Amino acid sequence: MTSNATPLDVPVQVTHPHGPLREFWGYFSANHGAVAGLIFIVVIVLVAMFAPLIAPYPPDLTNNAVFLKPPAWQAGGSWAYPLGTDPIGRDILSRLVYGARISLLIGVAVVAIAIVAGIALGLISGFFRGPIEIAIMRLMDIILTLPSLLLAIVIVAILGPGIMNAMLAVVVVVLPHYVRLTRAAVISETSKDYVTAARASGATRLRLMFSEVLPNCAAPLIVQASLGISTAILDAAALGFLGLGAQPPSSEWGTMLADAREFVLRAWWVVTFPGLMILLTVLAFNLLGDGLRDALDPKLKR
Amino acid sequence: MLRFLLTRFSLIIPTFIGMTLLAFFLIRLVPGDPIETMAGERGIDAARHEALLKEYGLDRPVLVQYGIYIGRVLHGDLGKSMITQSPVLTEFAALFPATIELALCAIVFALLVGIPAGIIAAVRRNSVFDHGVMGVSLTGYSMPIFWWGLLLILLFSVQLGWTPVSGRIDVKYYLEPVTGFLTIDALLSGEKGAFRSAVSHLILPTIVLGTQPLAIIARMTRSAMLEVLGEDYIRTARAKGLSTVRVVALHALRNALIPVITVIGLQVGVLFTGAILTETIFSWPGVGKWLIEAINRRDYPVLQGGVLLLGVVVMAVNLLVDVTYGVINPRIRKS
Repeated sequence: MTSNATPLDVPVQVTHPHGPLREFWGYFSANHGAVAGLIFIVVIVLVAMFAPLIAPYPPDLTNNAVFLKPPAWQAGGSWAYPLGTDPIGRDILSRLVYGARISLLIGVAVVAIAIVAGIALGLISGFFRGPIEIAIMRLMDIILTLPSLLLAIVIVAILGPGIMNAMLAVVVVVLPHYVRLTRAAVISETSKDYVTAARASGATRLRLMFSEVLPNCAAPLIVQASLGISTAILDAAALGFLGLGAQPPSSEWGTMLADAREFVLRAWWVVTFPGLMILLTVLAFNLLGDGLRDALDPKLKR
Repeated sequence: MLRFLLTRFSLIIPTFIGMTLLAFFLIRLVPGDPIETMAGERGIDAARHEALLKEYGLDRPVLVQYGIYIGRVLHGDLGKSMITQSPVLTEFAALFPATIELALCAIVFALLVGIPAGIIAAVRRNSVFDHGVMGVSLTGYSMPIFWWGLLLILLFSVQLGWTPVSGRIDVKYYLEPVTGFLTIDALLSGEKGAFRSAVSHLILPTIVLGTQPLAIIARMTRSAMLEVLGEDYIRTARAKGLSTVRVVALHALRNALIPVITVIGLQVGVLFTGAILTETIFSWPGVGKWLIEAINRRDYPVLQGGVLLLGVVVMAVNLLVDVTYGVINPRIRKS
């Protein structure tokens, strides 16, 4: 699989010939699924970055002459619209390409916010224990008890539909995983000798939190982050599909599906492609997450 | 044992209180006061507004209002739907069997396919079948089920015409609700074709709702089975000369199923989440579709009551799983 090099591994191998990164890459690249996921993610990130260059049309350009034109390879299709057009004559390929920006942005932003908030709450409850910990963890239990999408729907219903509120709702729903993970890692790390040593040598609590304990909790958080991006994209798409996420004419993939739903009987392509993009992207992040877990989890290495 | 039961039970009380707080304050996050919210876009005149505020106790301090709310909830009064004016609890009770019927079918489907697939994948580790099961299961886990449902409709309902597109039963059948489960009611009614119709309406929603639990159960069964198959007592059983089937079915499966049972319990939340989407796609008249409609109509009491009720159901099932687990496995009970 090493012959199948992606841009990421080359500098890694050159700059750290025997370092931990190389060791990590060794484990990671043995997992073909994870490498495939990583390649897909790199491609989709590039597509999102260079969307204006790749997409044949602007995403919102309607063309009265071509309603529901089938994909190029079907009778009636043309290569001017490779994946066909939607009910108001917009090019589906262009919308998918621009939609990648929205979906990736949602995934990354949600996980970034959830990680920062989750680490903060997890560190606080892991270090301070007592009533603060109980309050935080009980709240997380409640969030976990409610079906995730239901809670997200309720939050959006109250705050009003839209992409920002949908992202906020997904952050709230995924937050408990990061809080629990950080707290558990903090509790298991603080009992170790190196923390006691640091404390004995007079390190402040903040220093203990951020420079001693946190770096050692990184591995499970990285894995959770990769898996979390897939959950975030999936949940945001579900909200979009229910009309509560990104609003039309946005080309967010879930919203595209919602727009296309009533045409499912007449035009298979308007529902097939956006969903396929959601599936492939979510699958890629899940494959990556599995690969990272195998490569970072010392228990499985042996 | 009693002590174990009491501890477990006492643990859910703070969660329940937290959930009522959540349901109570969520509605207050809606801009404007609840009366304006209820009046909707038509607006309301000042005098009537004043009277309604008094009637609902909204002029009292928030804590008192919460106390009143808790009192009502504990008496089973979850308010009335702003649209239909019927009590939220009554509406929920009428629609819940449809959701349960669908969810039960989905979990049975997931178990019937997932457990054997997981077992065979573990026994034939690294075979083509194993890689196939793992691939399909990860795909199922990543599946946007709202799209999956549309695809299945496209293929089986539109192209092949095998299954109906939506609903629970053909409109020409009228069944007296006895259990609320249409498949059972259809059998009880003795009407020809009603059972067949109910089952054919169930097939696609069952597959769609069962997909994610199926993926999770297959993966979990496989890894639990792999762990158990490496144990000494399995080697002993093999050394005794027992056949592979006997070793797997009698010795390994029992122990491998313990973590799988826990996972099944945890699927309740996943099932309700999926039910919201599945019911929307297939126009299945259950609580998921009811809640989405309540949101679209801004029917806040339904939303408030529905969320609390579903939360309580999930909580109750989790408690049941915990307790069952404690009964099966003494190690849990003691800790």
